[in-house]
Amino acid sequence: MLASPVSFDFDYLRRIVREKTAIVLEAEKVYLAEAKLGPIVRRSGSASLTDLLRDLRSQPWGATHQQVVEAMTNNETSFFRDLYPYEALKNRMLPELLTKRAHVRELNIWSAASSSGQEAASIAMVIRENFRALDGWKIRILGTDIAAEMVNRCKEGLFAQHEVNRGLPAQYLVKYFDRVGLHWRLKPILSEMMEFRQMNLSALWPNLPTMDIVFLRNVLIYFDVDTKRTILTRMKSMLRPDSYLLLGGAETTLNIVDDYERVDFSKFDAYRLKNRSSKA
Amino acid sequence: MRALIVDDSTATRFILKSILKEIGFATVEANSGAAALHKLTEDSHFELALVDWNMPEMNGYEFVVAVRQVSTFASLRILMVTSETDVEQITKAIEAGANEYLMKPFTKDAIRDKLQMLGFDVGTHA
Ligand SMILES: C[S@@+](CC[C@H](N)C(=O)[O-])C[C@H]1O[C@@H](n2cnc3c(N)ncnc32)[C@H](O)[C@@H]1O
Repeated sequence: MLASPVSFDFDYLRRIVREKTAIVLEAEKVYLAEAKLGPIVRRSGSASLTDLLRDLRSQPWGATHQQVVEAMTNNETSFFRDLYPYEALKNRMLPELLTKRAHVRELNIWSAASSSGQEAASIAMVIRENFRALDGWKIRILGTDIAAEMVNRCKEGLFAQHEVNRGLPAQYLVKYFDRVGLHWRLKPILSEMMEFRQMNLSALWPNLPTMDIVFLRNVLIYFDVDTKRTILTRMKSMLRPDSYLLLGGAETTLNIVDDYERVDFSKFDAYRLKNRSSKA
Repeated sequence: MRALIVDDSTATRFILKSILKEIGFATVEANSGAAALHKLTEDSHFELALVDWNMPEMNGYEFVVAVRQVSTFASLRILMVTSETDVEQITKAIEAGANEYLMKPFTKDAIRDKLQMLGFDVGTHA
C-alpha cells in the first residue's frame, strides 16, 4: 500500500471511524475525505483538514468528532433499490406471512441501516398498495441507523426532488407524498407505520421485538469479516425460523456464518435460519 | 431498442441522447409534440419516448393524449421528462397514459432507474 499522499492524518480518521462504526475505510477513500469533511472544516473555523484532525486528536470525544465520523459514512440509497427484493416482498414474503401470522395479526419489519428512510418507506408502500388485508394488523416498520443526521431525516420524512426521482413510481409519488416547496413529504398513512431510532449495529443492541423481515442491505459491505460475523450471529436471535433476512447485492452470509440458508426468489436471494425446528 | 427524444431544448436532447446511447438505445429526436407525432406516424418502431411538457406546436401532454388514441402505438412506453412538478400535472400526465414521470433536473441514474421500472434492460450500474 502506498503511503498516504496527503498532509492530514488519514490513519487517525480511519481509526475513529472504525472504532465508532466498524466501517473500514479503504485507502482510496483518502481522496474523498477532503470533500466530505470540507463543510465541517469550514464550520469549525479550522484553517484546514490537517488542523481540524490535529485538534480533534488532542481533544476529548465531542460533537465534532461525531460529525466527522458520520460524514465519512456512505448514505447512498434509493426507493425500491434493486427492485427485486421488493418484488419478492410483495409476491412471496408478505403473502406467506399474511397466512402464518394470521393468529397474532402482527408484523415487525426492520430496516437495519435505514439511511435517509427510502428503504422503510418503500416497504410501507408495498404494504399499503397491495395488502389491504393487513389493514387491521399491528404493523411496525422500524428503521435504525448509526448516523443521528440520518435518523432525524427519517423522522422528518422529507425528500428532495432528486431523491423522489430515483426508483419511485410516479403513481406512488402523487399518492403517498405531499409536495412541500421543493421537497416531498411522506403522508401519515405511511409514516404512521414507521418508527426510527439511532442504533449502532456494531455495538450492543437495544431490546427489539423479534422480526419477521429484516432488511440489512448495503451496510455489511463496509465491515471486516469479524464484524460481519458478530452482526449476523446476533441477528439470529432477532429472527423466527420463518423470518426473512435480506442482504445487499454484494453481501452474503456464506463463508461467514453457517446458520443461514439461502431462499431463492426470482433474480434475488434472501436468507432464513437453517435449523427450522428450534423456535416455533 | 429505439427511443424517440421529444424536447425543444437542443441541450436536453443532447444529454438524453448520450445517456440513452450508453444504455443501448438508438435515438431519433423531435423538437415538438407535433414533430414527434409525425415521426411516429412515418415509423412506429419505437419502444420508448422521452417527452418534455412545455414545447411549442403541441406540448408533451397533448402528445401523450394523441399517441394513446392510436392503437398502433399502444406498446410505446412514455416517460415524461419535464420541469413541471405539480401533483396535478403529474397525475394528469399519468392518467393520460404516460407510463412514468421524471422531474428536471435529472441524473443519469434516475433515467436508468425509470427505464428499469418500465421493463427495459439497462444493464448493470456503472
Ligand atoms: C449505503 S447506506 C444503505 C441504506 C439502505 N439500507 C439501502 O440499502 O439502500 C448505509 C447506511 O449504513 C449506516 N451505517 C454504517 N455503519 C453503521 C453501523 N455500525 N450501525 C448502523 N448503521 C450503520 C450508514 O449511516 C448509512 O446510512
